[in-house]
Amino acid sequence: MRRLIANQELLLIGLMAVLLLAVSLKFPDFFGQQTLFNVLTASMVGMLFAVGVMLVVVSGGIDVSFLAVGILSAYATVKWASPDAGALSVFAISTAIGLGLGLINAAVVIIARTSVLIATLATSSIYLGAMFAFVGGEVISILPQSLQTLGSTHLITAKGAVRGTTSLNVLILVVIAVCILVWAFLRFTVAGRSVFAVGGDAEAASRAAISVPRIRMLVFAIAGAVAGLAGIISITLSGRADPTTFMGRELDTLAAVVLGGVAIAGGKGTVRGAVLGVLLISLVTASLVPLGIPTIWQRAAVGALLIGGILLQTTISRRQRIRPILDAPAPEVTNA
Amino acid sequence: MSAPFVEAVSVSKRFGGVQALTDVSVAFSPGEVHCIVGENGCGKSTLLKVISGAYRPTSGQVIVAGTAYDHLTPRQALSAGVEVIYQDFSLMPNLTAAENIALPGSVAGGRRLYSRTAARALAERAVVRLGVEIELDIPVGELTVAERQLTAIARALAHEAKFIAMDEPTTALTWKEVDALFAAVGRLKESGVALAFISHKMQEIFSIAERVTVLRNGGVVTSGRPDEFTHASLAETMTGRGSQSFDRVAPRNKGRAPALKVSGLGRDPLFADVDLEIGQGEIVGLAGLLGSGRTEIAEAICGVKPAQTGTIEVLGRPVEIKALADAVKAGIGYVPEDRLTQGLFLDQPIGDNIVATHLPSRRGFLSPQSIERRKARVVRDLRIKLGKLTDPVRSLSGGNAQRVLLGKWLLGEPKVLILNGPTVGVDVGSKFDILGVLNAQSLQGLGVLIISDDVPELISMCHRVLVVRSGRIVRELSGDQLREDTVVEAVTAS
Repeated sequence: MRRLIANQELLLIGLMAVLLLAVSLKFPDFFGQQTLFNVLTASMVGMLFAVGVMLVVVSGGIDVSFLAVGILSAYATVKWASPDAGALSVFAISTAIGLGLGLINAAVVIIARTSVLIATLATSSIYLGAMFAFVGGEVISILPQSLQTLGSTHLITAKGAVRGTTSLNVLILVVIAVCILVWAFLRFTVAGRSVFAVGGDAEAASRAAISVPRIRMLVFAIAGAVAGLAGIISITLSGRADPTTFMGRELDTLAAVVLGGVAIAGGKGTVRGAVLGVLLISLVTASLVPLGIPTIWQRAAVGALLIGGILLQTTISRRQRIRPILDAPAPEVTNA
Repeated sequence: MSAPFVEAVSVSKRFGGVQALTDVSVAFSPGEVHCIVGENGCGKSTLLKVISGAYRPTSGQVIVAGTAYDHLTPRQALSAGVEVIYQDFSLMPNLTAAENIALPGSVAGGRRLYSRTAARALAERAVVRLGVEIELDIPVGELTVAERQLTAIARALAHEAKFIAMDEPTTALTWKEVDALFAAVGRLKESGVALAFISHKMQEIFSIAERVTVLRNGGVVTSGRPDEFTHASLAETMTGRGSQSFDRVAPRNKGRAPALKVSGLGRDPLFADVDLEIGQGEIVGLAGLLGSGRTEIAEAICGVKPAQTGTIEVLGRPVEIKALADAVKAGIGYVPEDRLTQGLFLDQPIGDNIVATHLPSRRGFLSPQSIERRKARVVRDLRIKLGKLTDPVRSLSGGNAQRVLLGKWLLGEPKVLILNGPTVGVDVGSKFDILGVLNAQSLQGLGVLIISDDVPELISMCHRVLVVRSGRIVRELSGDQLREDTVVEAVTAS
């Protein structure tokens, strides 16, 4: 089974390669650093959201509040930050708000004993409502100086494919660091393995002395913090804080997570898969432009990919090992 | 005798209106195998859950290693060395066997870091100690029931437990595996572990127990050494009624078409050339080791995993069975092996489960009155012990859940009923009831195919026993040949 899941990841990589090749054949310029940087830049925020959502989904439940958490944390931080606030403190505050909102999610799920989907649907609306009511709804186009500087600090700058330059923001390092941290958490800590246990069978997990509420709190706290970080990175990269940035984009992230082989029923998923799912979706979007397909089709393409991803999962889980029983040739039947 | 390691003192437990345990006191001492026996719903499983900290007792205390707890938590219990192997194994299906074995210890030990290699090594040691082979690196959900059972036992062994309770650990095991388990139990006993063992199988109780405690209706009836009981007296103490047996009436199938006739059934690579015939009113046993293909044959006849070749006839009429629905329509009922996960909607009401496959309707509309009548009839006929018809099936004990399943199939008035391990995990009293229901049904012309490991049961019930080995029917035993030794020999021969 593990090998088959790895196959799903291989398949994503293969799909990306095919797509890249197909577009590059028509437009040789497409194959180059510019596309790589474009796709990575477009994926940075999505990867963080996807990694957080992946954690929640693995623990058993579909989180739809991550974008609300992300934008509320980041927008409130930027709105109330002084113009000369340091980037580190802005990032830390947004992350901390996200963590707090994640804990509220966990509290609702644990206390109300409701499904994660219902709980986060509710909190998501509350978070967005609270943002517009108490924080504000106007676009902030002047960010603290430190964020503006950070937004134009690039890790690598190269010559553009056709003209100008192309660059990759230094924040990609933060994204990579978070992905590695979450991967290590899932792989090397008892709490991380417990997340899988809870997602597999919460009842059995609690009998194995795993404190299910504690694991849920941990998962939502991490997911919330990562969403808060994603929100502030998004604002930093775009250079403006628009509270409506993410509205209605939840499905893109969920689609990426499902494509990445994360079982929607819980208990199965990897950071690598979630990241690959996001990269694939970004690449699809990036490919539509040179192909002359209007970007409005991007959503349809994501939907089609999602169906493909789910079909893949169901065929994988349907394929079971059959152990042969028949071996010897027919022995003589002794009748009474 | 040394001081008890685990002790339940005057434990009572109520669930809503049901008194599950009343003033139960039991002690488990190091180096002793203590069998807890009793009918379904007598409170054995509840007692285990109190001891493991899964349930908080309504009153009373649990004493572990000299410390008294009013409310023991699972973590406290585990870290004190209390391990309970539940009937449903309580394994995480998405994790590998190795991880299932190793993780709880890490959690209970309060460790933060997890190492896959260390976990693998720990699991391997436990499996070796148990003396069996389990594939450790694939998800538990892909293992067979027996392998899962062994995984659960290995998990208990892995944690240097000082007290291990096993809730019917042998129900899914073959004889060879049971021997291995008993050998492991013997070694544990010698190393000073206290063991609690829940079983319905008399032979097992008498072969491994140092002490037997009988529960009935949530209270302790008696407790003593096994040599103070006989099979009959123990059965009587458990059920509270005298021992029973039933007469086997030879089926009158002269001139009547067989209820089920199967010829040349095959499915590569599982089984081939399966011919069998079950007369109306005849009870036929299908004996074979786990993995011999007996379950696969049954699943092919009832369409769960249809056969590739061969023909099936019901009452002389050929039927084509491609799915379970075809089998139901043709009059073939199937009661599956794993009663807890197959065939019942565990979270749905008991009543709805009973009528799930056979809803009476008039012109497409359900008829609520006759639905209620049917529910009541099944509960009465099969003596299902329940709180309310609207309770979920999950709330029932194993034997009662099995009766719900049986009742569900009998409602459809099948011509043939195929039962896979019908009395697995069922206590003596219920077992007799279930077999009695089958016997009565067969007298009315129902053909019955029983797949079972329980040789005495097959011998007492069946007119004929077919023996399956390596996916083929290799012997047919009837009449004088139907003796325990001949059947066991035929099944285990290679």
